[in-house]
Amino acid sequence: MTELLELASRVAGWARDGEQVEAYVSRRSDTDVVIYGGEIESLSSATSEGVGVRVLASGRQGFAYAGSLDPSVVEETLAEARDNAGFGTPDEHLGLAGPEGVAAAELDLWRDDLASFPTQAKIDLALELERRVRAGDPRISAVESSNYGDGASESAVASSTGIAATTRRTGCHVSAYALAGEGDETQTGGGYSVGRSPADLDIGEAATDAVERSTRLLGARKPPSARVTVVLDNRVATTLLAVLAGTLNGESVLKGRSLFANRVGEEVAAGAVSLVEDPTNPDAYGASAYDAEGLACRPVVLISDGVLQGFVYNTHAGRRAGVPSTGSAVRAGFKSAPGVGCRALSLAPGTESQAEIMARIGEGLLVQGVSGVHSGVNPVSGDFSVGAEGLMIRDGELAEPVREITVASTIQRMLRDVVAVGNDVTWLPGSAAGVTLAIAGMSMSGA
Amino acid sequence: MLDPAVLRRTLSTALRTGGEFAEVFVEDKRTSSARLDDGRVEELTSGRDRGAGIRVVVGDTTGFAHTSDLSEQGLEQAAGAAAAAARSGGGGVRTVALTPTSARRPYEPRIAPEDVAKPRKVDLLLRADHAARSASGAGAVKQVSAAYVDAHRRIQVANSDGLLAADDVVRTRFGVTAVAVGDTGMQTGYEAVARSMGFEIFDDVDVDEVAAKATARALAKLAARPAPSGKVPVVIAAGRGAVLFHEACGHGLEADHIEKRSSVYHGRVGEMVASPHVTLVDDGTMGSEWGAFAIDDEGRPAQRNVLIENGMLTDYMWDFLRSRKAARPSSGNGRRQSYQDLPMVRMTNTYLLGGTEDADEIVRQTPHGVYVASMGGGQVTPATGDFVFGMTEAYLIEDGEITHPLRDANLIGNGPAVLRNIDAVAGDFAMASSGGMCGKNGQSVPVGMGQPTLRITGVTVGGTAR
Repeated sequence: MTELLELASRVAGWARDGEQVEAYVSRRSDTDVVIYGGEIESLSSATSEGVGVRVLASGRQGFAYAGSLDPSVVEETLAEARDNAGFGTPDEHLGLAGPEGVAAAELDLWRDDLASFPTQAKIDLALELERRVRAGDPRISAVESSNYGDGASESAVASSTGIAATTRRTGCHVSAYALAGEGDETQTGGGYSVGRSPADLDIGEAATDAVERSTRLLGARKPPSARVTVVLDNRVATTLLAVLAGTLNGESVLKGRSLFANRVGEEVAAGAVSLVEDPTNPDAYGASAYDAEGLACRPVVLISDGVLQGFVYNTHAGRRAGVPSTGSAVRAGFKSAPGVGCRALSLAPGTESQAEIMARIGEGLLVQGVSGVHSGVNPVSGDFSVGAEGLMIRDGELAEPVREITVASTIQRMLRDVVAVGNDVTWLPGSAAGVTLAIAGMSMSGA
Repeated sequence: MLDPAVLRRTLSTALRTGGEFAEVFVEDKRTSSARLDDGRVEELTSGRDRGAGIRVVVGDTTGFAHTSDLSEQGLEQAAGAAAAAARSGGGGVRTVALTPTSARRPYEPRIAPEDVAKPRKVDLLLRADHAARSASGAGAVKQVSAAYVDAHRRIQVANSDGLLAADDVVRTRFGVTAVAVGDTGMQTGYEAVARSMGFEIFDDVDVDEVAAKATARALAKLAARPAPSGKVPVVIAAGRGAVLFHEACGHGLEADHIEKRSSVYHGRVGEMVASPHVTLVDDGTMGSEWGAFAIDDEGRPAQRNVLIENGMLTDYMWDFLRSRKAARPSSGNGRRQSYQDLPMVRMTNTYLLGGTEDADEIVRQTPHGVYVASMGGGQVTPATGDFVFGMTEAYLIEDGEITHPLRDANLIGNGPAVLRNIDAVAGDFAMASSGGMCGKNGQSVPVGMGQPTLRITGVTVGGTAR
């Protein structure tokens, strides 16, 4: 990792007079095992690396990247970024981050035991998961795939303005996607387990999840359209929070495409809703000591007891808004310049379990899976319409399964219509924690 | 690209531990993009990705490794890793004779993007911004963003069957998003053009028009009502509505889902799976369309494949591995996102052939329903056939006339059911101008689509109106 920081610092050191240069370099090693029918379908293993360079000159920004750390390629990349910086529109707020005196959290996101975990053991985990899913219920007709995957990544960012930061993390997962059949009918469902090292993985939980999610939809029908209270299970709620993250982005607010612009201090959600972005929480899947510009990540309160408190910013958006960066610069690897985003959103938990919430609301719909989020949710207008499958709730208990329905509302209304937040906060892959969430008055479209 | 002698030696290394099949896929991709937002050209970006992916097949197992080091030593290492991953015993040396084959490129780009001066790309963005903000009624337009992207991708494929093939595809895309604000809040409109063409695309495409369309869409929606909730007849306008077929049956006709029996279309070749109005084609040879190419990412020539003919299922789409097992030729549908990924069965340009009816007449003969003028993306579960897609410009149909604009919502349906319920197909076939990116197992590839205006007797619209 020292080597990566040295390389990034060397590039930053090539800044000319009147120029700011930032280099982000990263390297990752990944293994992926796919099992099908008790055999290895594919096994891949690879290391990849790359560099992204940002050059600021005369109030303009240019960016270039390359999937190589070869010295001549890195030099070409800087030259290309420099050339690109000649064509943007000047912006007085552009500027790289600089040291600001906020200490970075000490986070241990790296596990050495991942590197020494033998390939055969990875294969065995995926085989074992497939076996357990198949054995989990006589109605499981096939496992479309059972996977093990892991990755170890290291990155460094350095700038001519004094930034020098490194991060490294390991992660792994097992997942299975099951088909359940009865008569002519087939239903599907997946399960997974994630961790920083193989020791964290729970094969049993992943298998049970895949079996339950696929078999409990057997016999599902399309119900009549109705207005219902919807209980989102924790995986689905994660998706919803990730959508919300896009609207609480300081850059969107400045550019006039957030629902929440000019509403700080207003009540935008039910009183049960308190939302915090905190990448320094080591339990978060997206935990990170530093943001993508090398500033320390820190907790940011976004909504407190239903009242909007503020937004997340990177250096550029913060300067434009006249506030400091919240350490919320994100980038999609070395191939992009830093934008603004959330890494670790969570709702403050309530006191009830999912079962208690269902018992209290009596009638409703438990949504266990959604589809079409990218096509059915408009974060600018707030329109929200997604495909869903799950089970009806009657007399406070799970009843018949339903499928081929949509649930719809608007983001604005959903936040106000939250009637319960569960006590089951669970960190899941993605930028948010899962927690059972009940929302009244959603439109369920069916037959 | 790489010397055939180096490729031959790399393949020999890959086969040294007894692999039955080995392949080297080399890719050199240059991209450039420019983005305008909030009245400013924010940034120009250039990217370079270059490397090789090597796979070795033993029985039903594929070993895969990739490297950005294209020296012979780097390739040897990757070949060794892929061979080890395929974990075979065997042994022995196999030599491979590579025979170059060429496939006709469906389109010859005239202006390579790397030869275009950057200010010309910037100018397109500024013009689009100006056009969007000065379009009629544009007082309500509060925000405009525009993006120009080009990619020049050269690939080379060599395998132990002796195949040696190469391709060189240039793709260019230009899109505009407008945000309009009115009494009912904010609405968005999006329009894009995407072709497998060089910069000459802008000889035909007027970015002012692209911007005006995006603006008109956002403005229309300011007066939009909530979409209906429940099952109604839906008329889908020609062009991008084909995302319906991409989701409703395209994915279910991919041979990997068929082989694993995780598709509702498994074992149904020869059966009627759709209304007789439906003839569905997947065609990688379509000139400059977004999903076109000369060879797929396994070196097989692109083809035109009829999947459903007058309602009858005629064939699936195949990549190399699945077709080998089925002892039939590949259909040229093996594609991958990059050299870092394994290929799998993917669509190219998928379209529904035109019928004989008149598009306006179809609307007139629909007493009540929804008219979908433009569509966003979609998603499907092939095993059940349940799919969704988003409407990004839609209107109510009342008494046979297109009336009020509707807010964005998803539609949900079941593939086989929807295909049977298509009761009218017009003669106004059109390809979608914008193309799309299709995601599968984490890999995204460009796909084209097209269809004529058509009517489905009943689809569930996921709106909020009672």
